[in-house]
Amino acid sequence: MIRFILKRILLLIPVIIGVSFIVFALLEAAPGDVADAIIARAGEVTAEDIEAIRAAHNLDRSMFYRYGVYMLNLIQGDLGISDITGLSVWNTFMQRLPNTLLLSFSALIIGMAVAVPMGIIAARNAGKLSDNFASIFTLVGMSMPVFWIGLILIQVFSGNLGILPVAGFDHGWRSLILPAICSGLSLTASTARQTRSSMLEVLKSDYLRTARAKGTSEDMVIRKHALSNAWIPIITAAGSSLCAQLAGSVVVESVFAWPGIGRLAAEAVFARDTTTVMGTIILTTVLYVLVQLLVDVLYAFIDPRIKSQYMNTSKKKKKTGMEKEAAAA
Amino acid sequence: MSDLRKSETVAEESQYKKRSQMLDIWHSLRRNKGALLGIIILGMLFIILIVTLFMPYEMVLRMNPFHRYTPPNWQYPFGTDFMGRNQFHRVLFGTRYSLAIGFGSAGLGALVGVTLGAFAGYFGKLTDEIIMRFSDILASIPGIILGMVIVSALGNSLRNVIIAVGVASIPFFIRISRASILTVRNQEFVEAAHAIGMSHFRIIFRHVLPNGLSPIIVMFSVILGMSIITAASLSFLGWGIPAPAPEWGTMMNVGRVDMLNAPFLMTFPGIFIMITVLAFNLIGDGLRDALDPKLKK
Amino acid sequence: MDVNETACEVEARPPNETADDVVLDVNDLVVHYVLEKETVEAVNGVSLRLKKGETLGLVGETGAGKTSTALSILNLVQTPPGVIKNGSISVCGQEVLTMTAKQLEKIRGKDVSMIFQDPMTSLNPVISVGEQIAESIRNHETVNTAEAFEKAGDMLELVGIPRARAFEYPHQFSGGMKQRVVIAIALACNPKVLLADEPTSALDVTIQAQVLDLMHDLKEKMGTALLMITHDLGVVAKVCDRVAIMYAGRIVEYGTLTDIFNNTMHPYTEGLFNSLPDAKGRKGKLIPIPGLMPDPTKLPSGCAFQPRCRYAVESCKDEQTVREVSGTHTLLCSRYDDPGFSIDMKKSGG
Repeated sequence: MIRFILKRILLLIPVIIGVSFIVFALLEAAPGDVADAIIARAGEVTAEDIEAIRAAHNLDRSMFYRYGVYMLNLIQGDLGISDITGLSVWNTFMQRLPNTLLLSFSALIIGMAVAVPMGIIAARNAGKLSDNFASIFTLVGMSMPVFWIGLILIQVFSGNLGILPVAGFDHGWRSLILPAICSGLSLTASTARQTRSSMLEVLKSDYLRTARAKGTSEDMVIRKHALSNAWIPIITAAGSSLCAQLAGSVVVESVFAWPGIGRLAAEAVFARDTTTVMGTIILTTVLYVLVQLLVDVLYAFIDPRIKSQYMNTSKKKKKTGMEKEAAAA
Repeated sequence: MSDLRKSETVAEESQYKKRSQMLDIWHSLRRNKGALLGIIILGMLFIILIVTLFMPYEMVLRMNPFHRYTPPNWQYPFGTDFMGRNQFHRVLFGTRYSLAIGFGSAGLGALVGVTLGAFAGYFGKLTDEIIMRFSDILASIPGIILGMVIVSALGNSLRNVIIAVGVASIPFFIRISRASILTVRNQEFVEAAHAIGMSHFRIIFRHVLPNGLSPIIVMFSVILGMSIITAASLSFLGWGIPAPAPEWGTMMNVGRVDMLNAPFLMTFPGIFIMITVLAFNLIGDGLRDALDPKLKK
Repeated sequence: MDVNETACEVEARPPNETADDVVLDVNDLVVHYVLEKETVEAVNGVSLRLKKGETLGLVGETGAGKTSTALSILNLVQTPPGVIKNGSISVCGQEVLTMTAKQLEKIRGKDVSMIFQDPMTSLNPVISVGEQIAESIRNHETVNTAEAFEKAGDMLELVGIPRARAFEYPHQFSGGMKQRVVIAIALACNPKVLLADEPTSALDVTIQAQVLDLMHDLKEKMGTALLMITHDLGVVAKVCDRVAIMYAGRIVEYGTLTDIFNNTMHPYTEGLFNSLPDAKGRKGKLIPIPGLMPDPTKLPSGCAFQPRCRYAVESCKDEQTVREVSGTHTLLCSRYDDPGFSIDMKKSGG
C-alpha cells in the first residue's frame, strides 16, 4: 500500500514538470512581458528602471533559461514573489486554500446527500415516473452552465427574497450557502447519474438474489449488499467532481466573489501576474493529484479485491524472499 | 480475375454492413424519446443557424436609444439591452458561435486525442507511457484556467477559443480511444491484417479504430455539450469572444450588471445554452443506449 | 389433525405416503417473461411434489425452465419482465405466491433455500464469507452478532472449510470452495426444502463429485428435502430418489429413479440417455437429439418436442394430456394412445 502511494507521488514529478513547462511557455507566448505589466501599474518610469526590471527578470535571456531558473527555485520550495502584488505566492495560495476547501467540501456534502438517494431511487424504479423525473432533473442540471445557476440563485435569494448576501465572504456562514448550493447542484447531476447507472448494474447481479434467497429484507439488500458494491463508481464520480470543484472552482468563485484559489488564478491571469499563475496552477495540480490518490486509497477500504491487489505486490516479494531462505536452509 | 471479383463482393458486403449498422443506430435513436427530442432541438438550432447566416449581421449591432431595457414584448420577444439592441436577434445570431465552438473544439480534441489514444493503445510500451503521461499532464490542469491561459496567450477570438476549449478535451479522447483500442487490438483480424503485411497506420485507421468507435462517438457527443458550457463560461469570465459579438456567454456577462433590474437579459441566452447542451447530452445518452450491446434487451 | 400446521414438524412417520410428508407442492405453475416485443413462455404448467427427506431430480436442457421453476418456489422471479401467470406453490403447507414481502422473508432461507448455479457470481464480493453466512442466521434466529458469526464458523467447518477463513472474502476462495460457502449459506438455518440449481455445473469434474457427496451427506444429516436441478443424468443417478424430465417448460416424464432409468418411456428421455457416453461399453455410439430447443417465444403446438421427435405423427400436434403409467410414473406423450407403441432405446442406431 505504502509502495503504491509512494509510486503515485513520484509520478507527480513528471506531471509537475510538464504542467509548469506548458503553462510557462503559454505565458511567455502572451503579448507583453512582466516588465510591461509592472510598468503599466507603476505609471512613470525611466528607461533605466525598465532596464533594471528586465535584467532582474532575465528578460534578455532565453525562455529556457528563465524556465530553468524558475524550476531551480521550485526544487528549493520557492514559488517566488508576485511582481504585481509583492506577496509570496505560497502564502497567498495557503491563505486562499481554506476558503476553497470549505466551499468544495460543503458542495460535496450537499451534492452527495442529494445525489446518492436520488440515484438509488431512480435505479430501483427504472423506467417509472420517479426515474424519468430524476433523469430530467440531472440532464437539465448537467446542461445548465454553473454560472447561470449561480446567477439565478443570487437573483432569487438575494434579489427577490433578499434573505442571503449577493456575494463575498463577509457574512459568515450565510455567505457560504449560495455558492455551496450552486457547486453542490452541479455536482449532484453527474453523481446522481453515476449512482443510478452503477446501481442498475449492481441490481442485476446474482449475489443480490442470493441475499434475497436467504430472507434478507429488501431494505437491507439495497443498503448492505447493493450499495456496498455500487460505492466504487459513485466514489469515482464524487472524487472527480471534487477534483473539478477544487481545481475548477474559478466560475463559482468568480460569480460569488469567493476568495478561493480559483479566483486567485483568474485574477492572476487577468493581471498577467506570471509568478502567481505558475504557482497557483502547480499547487492546484498537486492538490488534484493528491485528491485522486485519496480516492484510489479509499477504494481499498471499500473493495477487498483492490486491497488484496495492493497487498499482493508486497506479499509476493516477501514470499519469494522466504522461499530463498528456506531453500538455503 | 475471380479473386478480384471476390474482393469486390467483400467490399460491397462491408459497405452494406456499414450502412446497415448506421441504419440500426438511427432506428434505435429514433425509438429513444430523449434522443429524438435532442435531434429535433439540434435540427431547429441548425435551421436558426442557416437562416441567420443569410441575414445581415448588422441586425445584432443596431442600437435603439429610445428602447433601452425593454422587457420582452411582441416587438422585442427577448427584450432589449442597455444599448437598446434587439436581444431576440442577438440570441438567434449567437447560435453560430456555440455550434462552431462545440463542433470545432470537440472535433479538434477528437482529432488529436483519438489519434494519440489509438497510437498509445496500439503500440503500447514506451509510446503508451509517453502519451499517457502527456494526457495526465493536460488533464491535471483545470480546463477553465488552461483555457484562460491559452486565450491570454493567443488573444480573444473565435478560433482561439476553439483551440483553448479543444485542447482541454484532448485527454478525454486519449483515454477513451486508448481503452477502446485495447479491447480490439488483440483480436484475430488485427493479426490477420498484420500477416498480409498491412502497415501499422492502415491497420489502426482502417481496422482497429472503426471497430472501437462506439464509445468514442458517445464521448464526442458528451464533450460537445461540455465544450459549449466551458466556452460560455470563458466568455462569461471575459476570456471568450469579445463583447459586441452576440455570443451567449458574453451576453450573459454583459447582462450580469443589470441582473436585478433586467433579468431577462440573462434568461434567454441561458436557456439557449441549456437547450443546446441538453440536445447533445440527450443524443449522447441515446447513442450510448443504441451502441452498447450490453444494454440491449 | 390440521395438515397445514403440522406439515413441517420433524417427526418420524411411517413410510407410507401421507399428505403430511409433503414439504413442497407445486401445482400447474405457469411463468412467462413478458418482453417488449415477445413473450418467453418459460414454464407452462409444471406440477411437482417433494416429500420430507426426498431428493427429486429436475432434468432438462438449458432453457427448459428449470431455474424459473426454482425461483418461483422462492417467489424470486424478477418482475418485470417475469409474470407468474398461474399455479400454486405451497412450502410446508403455506402458499408462497400470495405471501406478503414480510412473510416471504420469513420462509426464504428458513423453510426453503436455494443453491445457485454460478458460485463465482452468487457471493457478494465485498462482504466476508462468514458475514454472508451469519446474515442468514441472523435473519431467522434470535442471536447476537457474535453468536451468529460463531454459528457461521460451524457451518464453514461442516462444509469442510477451516473456521479461520470466515474473515476472508470470496475472491480469496477457489470455485469449489465458493460453492461450499454457497451451500453453507443455504443450509445455515436447516431448511426443510433445498433447491439446488445445477450446483456442480460451474465446477471442475473432480470438485463436482466432492460437492455432490457433501450435499448428499448434509441432506442425510439434516433430513432436508432436495430439489436437484441438473442436466446431468449421472448426477441424477447418484443422488436422486425420483426424477422429473423437463422440456420447454413442461414435465414430460415423471417417476422414480427406476421408472425413468429402467422403464424409459418418453422419446425425449430416450434422447437424453442416447446422447450420454457409455463408460462400460465404449463401442456404443452417441446419438444426439437432432435439432435445437424450440424458441420459447414461439413454442410449437401440442407436444413441444414433436418437431425433433423421430416417432412424431400428426396427432402429436394436438394438446397433450398427462398419462399415468403406474402409481409413480407419469408421462406426457400422446403416442402411447396407440397401444402397440414403444420406444426402441438405441436400437435404431440413428
